[in-house]
Amino acid sequence: MNTANTITNPVEEVIPDKTDRFSFVDYIGPIIVFVAFIAVWYLLSSVVLPEQKRFLLPTPHKVLTDGFFVWHSGERRGLQPILLSLWDSAKIALIGLSITIVVGMSLAVLMSSSRWLERATWPYLVAVQSAPVLALTPLIRALIDGTRTQRLLVVVLIAMFPIVSNTLFGLLSADKSQHELFTLQGASKWTRLVKLQFPAALPNIFVGLRISAGLAVIGAVVGDFYFRQGGVVGIGAQIDVYRNRLWGAELITAIILASTLGLVVFLFFGWVSRRAIGKWHITNRGH
Amino acid sequence: MSDAPASSSALLSFNNVSMTFDEGTKALDNVSFSINAGEFVTVVGPSGCGKSTLLRIASNLEANTGGTCAIDRNSIGYVFQDATLMPWRTVARNVELIAELHKLPKSERQRLAAEAIELVGLNGFEEKYPRQLSGGMRMRASLARSLVMKPKVFLFDEPFGALDEITRERLNDELLRLFQHEGFAGLFITHSITEAVYMSTKVLVMSARPGKIIASFDVPFAYPRNHDLRYEPEFGELCGKISHALRGAHE
Ligand SMILES: Nc1ncnc2c1ncn2[C@@H]1O[C@H](COP(=O)(O)OP(=O)(O)OP(=O)(O)O)[C@@H](O)[C@H]1O
Ligand SMILES: [Mg+2]
Repeated sequence: MNTANTITNPVEEVIPDKTDRFSFVDYIGPIIVFVAFIAVWYLLSSVVLPEQKRFLLPTPHKVLTDGFFVWHSGERRGLQPILLSLWDSAKIALIGLSITIVVGMSLAVLMSSSRWLERATWPYLVAVQSAPVLALTPLIRALIDGTRTQRLLVVVLIAMFPIVSNTLFGLLSADKSQHELFTLQGASKWTRLVKLQFPAALPNIFVGLRISAGLAVIGAVVGDFYFRQGGVVGIGAQIDVYRNRLWGAELITAIILASTLGLVVFLFFGWVSRRAIGKWHITNRGH
Repeated sequence: MSDAPASSSALLSFNNVSMTFDEGTKALDNVSFSINAGEFVTVVGPSGCGKSTLLRIASNLEANTGGTCAIDRNSIGYVFQDATLMPWRTVARNVELIAELHKLPKSERQRLAAEAIELVGLNGFEEKYPRQLSGGMRMRASLARSLVMKPKVFLFDEPFGALDEITRERLNDELLRLFQHEGFAGLFITHSITEAVYMSTKVLVMSARPGKIIASFDVPFAYPRNHDLRYEPEFGELCGKISHALRGAHE
């Protein structure tokens, strides 16, 4: 190569990498909200609620002492049984989410490659999305054996839509000229999918994943209310028991832990997303 | 159609090419010209007259409805108006892309990409992502990507249209150096008459839609060209003539 012909001094500046610096502002907000939340809670449980109804919402410190700090008491009270049932629901949510991801993304790929299929499937996806799935419980029970499978089905039905819609939207988001670049090289449909459409879809896929993951947890918890047969049960069933027996502290403890599971899953996928695409993807934030 | 070029030295030739789109828009009307090795031909014309369509026909992105277009389709470089880089790939991986689509072995395409990156002066930026580059640098990366396969014919659809004047002039010089170094035949589209004259061996003027070639100007200046050429009287005179023809084209 003739180096005399090379150009060695591009003067345009490289735009510096904007790294996320530690910022106080990022932490002060959640702390303020947390303090306000606890304050409102105290207000509700010791001022607003009439005396005879206060057992419904014990004060925060009572939830700690009677819920979180009791390991095991009676058949179903205490942190240990709550954590066990939470683990049971977490497994349902994760298995259900995995099924949703595989099925949902495959469906999106098929829909993206066939306008006909997209047209044919879309209305039904929207319908499933807006249908009150839990109203179908008698039908699900009649068609499918085994509470585990029934619970998984609820998770899949509830979590499916965001994965399919976001993946599909992402797969169709590549520029026309980027497609033409591939056309010019005679790229196959598969090559185009793997090297263009799928990477282009990743930001949307992660958005869908985060939403679906949250929904999967909800699906697992509420599915418990309807599908269970004694034995080890999910957190939803546990919550139902506490609710019926008016065990306020345990009820609140279980609810907080169920929400925490949702939060953890949400944060986890946010973290995966930043790891996977943070280097090149620009979020549409003004600052 | 992929006929071999008619004459042995013409790398690209249009023979009475016409184009009418499905819904009836007539974009090109009997366009004929050819480009030999070592020629750099620029087409100027009113907006919407069919310049992009001409390139799309040459590269087979669109099929012409009349006439023939002869070109070696396996040896085309195409530079789009925007850089069309893949944001998830680094500069080096972007430059490798076309070689990758042609299934060249990894070591080979890495070597070719490194060469092309050197040619466009992007060394040191191999591991940057497109979002970290300025518009001019993205365009260089895009050029490098097309250079990798050493195409014999290079099609440019207003590649520098979105850049500022200074960056554009710098890239003009760099592209001319590549043109001399690599010896490809160039077909270039631009809205800038100065750019057209500065770059080309020949400037063609197209009429408003349906596009026809209404004037052709040979550019007599020898390469390598110096940017001061833009202020020579002969240069200005030629620009004036082309501008005049272009004004006629709008009528
Ligand atoms: N796929 C298409 N279907 C129908 N009409 C088209 C199509 N592509 C281009 N046209 C029309 O053909 C005409 C020529 O388009 P073309 O893009 O080639 O113009 P151009 O000279 O490149 O314009 P510009 O200078 O604005 O880039 C335009 O009127 C355009 O609307
Ligand atoms: Mg155009």
